[in-house]
Amino acid sequence: MRSDSLLNEAVRGPSGPRKHRMLPSWVATTALLLPTYAWLTLAVLLPLLTMLVFSFMSATPMGKAPITFTLKHYRAFIDQPYLLNIGWTSLVIGFWTTLLCAIFGFLAAVALARATVGRMRETLLILILLPFWTNGLVRVFSWTMVLRENGFLDNVLHMFFADAGSISFLYSRYAIVLGLVHGYLPYMILTCYIALVTIDDAIIEAAASLGARWWTILFRILIPMATPGLISGAVLTFVPVIGSFMEPRILGGKVGVTMGTVIEDQFTQAFNWPLGAALSFTLLAVVLAIFATFSGVLRRGAAA
Amino acid sequence: MTQIGRIYLLVVLFFLYTPIIVMMAMGFNESQLYELPFTFSFRWYEALLGNKQLLTAGMNSIIIAVITSVLATSLGTLAATALARRTFRGKSLLQLLLLPPIAIPWLITGTAMLVFFYWSGIGRGMHALLIGHVALAIPYVVLVVGTGFKTIRADLEEAAMSLGSTPVHAFFTITLPLLYPSILGAALFAFAVSLDQFVISYFLATPGYSTLPVQIYSAIRKGFTPEINAISTLLLLGSMTVILIFARFAKPGDTSDKR
Repeated sequence: MRSDSLLNEAVRGPSGPRKHRMLPSWVATTALLLPTYAWLTLAVLLPLLTMLVFSFMSATPMGKAPITFTLKHYRAFIDQPYLLNIGWTSLVIGFWTTLLCAIFGFLAAVALARATVGRMRETLLILILLPFWTNGLVRVFSWTMVLRENGFLDNVLHMFFADAGSISFLYSRYAIVLGLVHGYLPYMILTCYIALVTIDDAIIEAAASLGARWWTILFRILIPMATPGLISGAVLTFVPVIGSFMEPRILGGKVGVTMGTVIEDQFTQAFNWPLGAALSFTLLAVVLAIFATFSGVLRRGAAA
Repeated sequence: MTQIGRIYLLVVLFFLYTPIIVMMAMGFNESQLYELPFTFSFRWYEALLGNKQLLTAGMNSIIIAVITSVLATSLGTLAATALARRTFRGKSLLQLLLLPPIAIPWLITGTAMLVFFYWSGIGRGMHALLIGHVALAIPYVVLVVGTGFKTIRADLEEAAMSLGSTPVHAFFTITLPLLYPSILGAALFAFAVSLDQFVISYFLATPGYSTLPVQIYSAIRKGFTPEINAISTLLLLGSMTVILIFARFAKPGDTSDKR
């Protein structure tokens, strides 16, 4: 009996003055959250709002010219048809990058989940993800060493065929896509792997023992199970790719004109901030539309 | 099948690492025009020692990364505590607000910061870079520390509080020591995010104040020399080391089984 009442006291806690000293719960919650959200407001939300305002201005408010508000920058796609071509280029580059990442990344995820175990799998996963968390700029620069004329690729070729010409394709769209695939492949492997690793071995063994061929297992089990991973990987590849500018600049040279480089130019060369802002917001609208379309899948992926 | 899978993974690794290794090797090649045959030389690393501009930028990068790491980890841990342990209205909205810095292409965030900082008089330079870097790192900190919270049983704190400990006291004596690996991991991660950040820095740097990636970018565009390979090698090895230490501290998906 005695020990019971002690236990009760321990669970309920001593009643008394402590409770009164405590601040109301919402004060503590606000105090914990305020610094972070104030910082994000200052650094991200207010800037986005300001840029929205700028995108309606007739000119960059730097000189003395009077500023009026206009929609003309959003009409740029109609007034300057070459922008449509550039936008299309960005989408095409985004499409190919995402497709190639999806194919090779999915296969790598299957190989990781089915052909490796334990320490080997852990090491491989870290090795695959390691480049993803290093400097993207440096990795893009690395490709110029491989792809340039008389670079690594040419040298390997000449080891086998001494009198072959150059197969250098630096400064082409292929080079841009290659560099981007290199950048985002680890991400696709990770999202697909996370989806695939939950598959119970027994399911695949059962399918195989019931006579399923490998393609049946692939198309009936693996791909459907990996679909959430494929979709989040695709979104998280496509979105940054259509906003990329250093990859097209460095690997594309003169042919590397994309939405990203045009926006960069408005802010660093042409000083047409309102046009840059309008183009940025058009891009942002595309990005948000993509997120909205796939938000259900993405949220489930994040919860897992 | 298993063999094919493993060979395929080796091919993937080959694809991921070949350019990086070629780039690193060329930093040790004598020839200025990257010509072969390969002649080993420290020439470009020596040249680096005399390159004030790159050294200053490198120092700036490290300083910014350290300050970013400390600030983002402090703020992010507080927010993660509230999001993980408290119930309040609008929580899902606040969690959604963590996404823009990660999900919106940095080109858009970076140009928006440039416009706002110019318009509001904050300007560009070191303080502007710091505001941007911390904002980019905070969501990752909240994510890593939030994952850490899932591995700690909430009833430990509740037990402490029911025994008379105040919430603050319980946090510092129970939660924080248990959370310490995640917080350290988050700090390393924030450091790496800042060290590797280029896009935001590019728009907020001034001619007098820039970071290493910004300098590397302008050097690449001007026409590069193996000196760039040398400094890039150092930068890559630096961030790879930080990330590998991070992987040891906060093994993703592994901590929850340790109870």
